[in-house]
Order: sequence, then C-alpha cells, then structure tokens
Amino acid sequence: MFKKIMTKARMQSPWMLHFDCGSCNGCDIEVLACLTPVYDVERFGIINTGNPMHADIFLVTGTVNHRNQKVLRNLYDQIPDPKVVVAIGACGLTGGIFREAWNVIGGVDKVIPVDVYVPGCPAKPEAIIDGVVLGLEKFRGKAETAESISANDFEEEAPCREK
Amino acid sequence: MTKTIIPFGPQHPVLPEPIHLKLTLEDEVITEAIPAFGFVHRGLEKLVEIRDFHQMIYVVERICGICSMLHAMCYCQGIEEMMGIEVPPRARFLRVIWSELHRMHSHLLWLGLFADSFGFESLFMQFWKIREKILDIDEATTGNRIIVSVNVIGGVRKDLGTEQTSMILSALKDVEKELQWLETTIMSDYTVQKRTVGKGILTGKQAYELGLVGPTLRASGVAQDARMLGYAAFGDINFTPVVETDGDCYARCKVRFREVFQSIDLIRQAIGKLPNGEIAVKVKGRPNGEVVTRVEQPRGEVFYYIKANGTKNLERLRVRTPTFANVPALLTMLPGAWLSDVPVIVLSIDPCISCTER
Repeated sequence: MFKKIMTKARMQSPWMLHFDCGSCNGCDIEVLACLTPVYDVERFGIINTGNPMHADIFLVTGTVNHRNQKVLRNLYDQIPDPKVVVAIGACGLTGGIFREAWNVIGGVDKVIPVDVYVPGCPAKPEAIIDGVVLGLEKFRGKAETAESISANDFEEEAPCREK
Repeated sequence: MTKTIIPFGPQHPVLPEPIHLKLTLEDEVITEAIPAFGFVHRGLEKLVEIRDFHQMIYVVERICGICSMLHAMCYCQGIEEMMGIEVPPRARFLRVIWSELHRMHSHLLWLGLFADSFGFESLFMQFWKIREKILDIDEATTGNRIIVSVNVIGGVRKDLGTEQTSMILSALKDVEKELQWLETTIMSDYTVQKRTVGKGILTGKQAYELGLVGPTLRASGVAQDARMLGYAAFGDINFTPVVETDGDCYARCKVRFREVFQSIDLIRQAIGKLPNGEIAVKVKGRPNGEVVTRVEQPRGEVFYYIKANGTKNLERLRVRTPTFANVPALLTMLPGAWLSDVPVIVLSIDPCISCTER
C-alpha cells in the first residue's frame, strides 16, 4: 500500500539531475531550454535539481572520457533507487562525431546502464521531453520490482581504446 | 584561523558545464583558487589526421554548441585565405547576419544564467523566453536551432530570400521591444546591483596585462574587438565596440546587454546593404601553407592556427579559445572575494569549458 502511494507520488513529480559529460554544450542548452518558457517541463512537475541525492531521472549529455567517467559513476551511485538514465544526443549514444578522438571512450552506456536513448545533434527539446516521458514508464516498472544496479556491477573500468 | 578547502564543481547547480575549482578559505574569504580542467577534453584537434579538410568544418562546429557558427566561420576563413579564394560579397554579408544572431542568442543565454547565479529566477526565465525567438529565426533560415552549419569553404550553404529577411526584421523588432522592457531591471534594479556592483574588479591595466579578451576586457575600458579587423563584411558596415569602464561584474553584464542591441543594429545594417549575387564559389585543389585567423566570438577573440601540406588532411590545427585567455582573470578576482560571490564572479567571464578543453 505504502509502496503504491510512493510510486504514484514519484511519477507525479520526478526530479531530474543534468550532467554535462563532455558534450559541446549544444544538448546542454537544449536541456536548459526544456526548463524555461515555451517548453517548460515544470508544468509536469519536473524540477531540475543540483543534488544527485534528490534526483530520480539522470540526464547525461556528451561522450565519456577517461577523466569524467569517475564523476559519472559517482553521480549515478549517489542517486537513490529507483532511477532512470536518459542519454541525450549523438555523442551520448555512441560518441558521435568524436568517437574516433583519442580521449573518448564512447557513449554513456559504456560506463553506466542507460534506459532511454534520445538521438539528435543537438537533440531538440521536444525529443528530450519525449525521452523523459518514456523514461517515466520504465521508472514505474523499476519502482514496482525494486531492481537495482550499481555502476560497479555494470562493468569494470572501461578499457582503454586500442589503436 | 584554520584553512578550509571547498571543492566547487565539477557538478554544480550553477554551472551547466563541469569545471572544478579548489577553493581555500579563511573564514568566508577565499585566499586561493586552483582550477582543474579536463572533464570535457575530447582531443579533437588530432581528428585532422582522420577527417579531411572539408569534413573538419563539422568537427570544429562541435567544439562548442553555443558559438558553433563562429568557429566554422573562423576555420573557413583560414582555409580560404590559404587557398586564395575570394568569397562572394553576398556570402560575406550572410555570414555577418548569422554570426550576429549567434552572438545574440549566446549573450541572452548568459544574461539568463547570470541572473540565475544570484537567484533572480524570473529574470532568467524572461531572458530565455526572448532567446527562443532568436532560435526560431535560426531554425526557419537554416533548419537547426543551435548548430546551424551554414559555412562551407568558399561561402555559405543557404541563402536568405526577401520573405526571410523581412521575417528576421519583424522578429528582431519584437526582441528589441521586450529587451527594452527588461533594460530597466538590469540597469536600475536594487537586487541586481547589490549582488554585482563592486564584485571582482579588474582595472584596465590589469585586464590588458593578463591578456584578456572580449567583453571581460571591454568592461575594463579597453576598446579591443576582433570585428574591428573588418573580417567578413564588418569592414563595410558601421561598427564601434561597446566599452564600459568600471571593470566589475555589473560592467560586464552591461557590456553584454548593450552588445545585444548592437547586434540587432548590425543585422539591420547587413540586411539593408545585402548585395545580390552568388553565395558560394567552387573550391578546387588542396590547401598548402600555414595561416592564422581571428574572429570575435561572444566570449572574445578566437584564434586559429592551421598548417597544411597539400594533402587532403591538414597537418596541424590549433585553436585558442577566449575562455582559455580569460581564466587568469578568474584567478586574480577570486582571492579576497566572499564564498557567496563565487558563482557570480565565475559566471561573469562567461566560461565556456567545452571550448577551452576541446
């Protein structure tokens, strides 16, 4: 009973955390554009929070490199369960135009488990909002089964790219 | 007094991008600030070995999403200079129009984030609402909101018809009206002045000696702007740089706010003088030699060094971005400031980390 109320409350007002993980800023400013007038996701109860401990949805933009993968893992582990990860933009999906650059590991899913992929370079605010809404469906499923994956269980340190 | 060390970033609510500052505090006053970079480093200068010189346009556009058009313009200008290509006059004027639209959307974005940094949430929303109009123009004329991708070597990819230029002019009229309404808030509001006046002061001499660029330098009274070089069509239209003399965070805010109006004026002039003719010339051959080009970005002067050896891949591409030049200002301003003023001072140089680290 309590769990049902909790799930419903969480679905009504999911809080999001945004982390720029080596993106060109294009997707970041589109994520911020979602929060401001014209797109305004606050009407759905979505609030941007700076604290990972308060967040339900984790929006990640950009490629992962050797330096920021630790920050990304830390942030992911600090978000309480249930949580949903949305990877945004071509870089967040596969590495995009930078996938052959020497300091780039690849997409976000090389380091943490990703639930929703939003394509685009940069992804449009409409697409990001759609991604978050899709993420909420997964969020309900996770809240009911109480499944949990830690970043450490997901994969060991991402291997260095071999030339 | 014991020293406290506070980490600021890499993930911080006020910063859209990851930068890490190690702040040493005595009581609430900062005594030392040590920056740490590398969270956004991708190593894309080395991509010149894989991508050919035409494909590199799309890579340099993605150095930074906010000033993407100006990066591509600077790169194309360099290659054109190296290959001796004469860009058609219409293309030069079209480049001015899109680059000034980019400057406007970048400055409005910054003004919003700056208002957010001292907790003025409604001002943040107002600026971003106005910014959406500029993005609508970008989308209508080029097909994308942020990364417009209009530059090619030898000209531009898209043309503006009379219908589109009149649409731009009427949209700019609305933008100007709404900005004039916000001008009273920026120029005379007690809250804005209380949090920004006298914070992070740089004198003109200090700013010049630190080698600062862009609005950060112009707010200290030094009239230096790469647009005075007359690249693209800036030589054919009236242009005088915006200068303020106080050198504090408020002066930097005023410089950027006045530059938005200046950009509106420049776009009107460029549309008024828009010549007829071709928008691009055909490119034959491959670049050879080395060249240095400069373009004024919203954050300051960007500097490209390009070296080619006659093959389809360039030999070396080096980019010096404005934020890289402006970070020393941060390390001069932060010691002696209060911890509560750190977000305001850090944002006042308009840091663009993805430019700096590439």
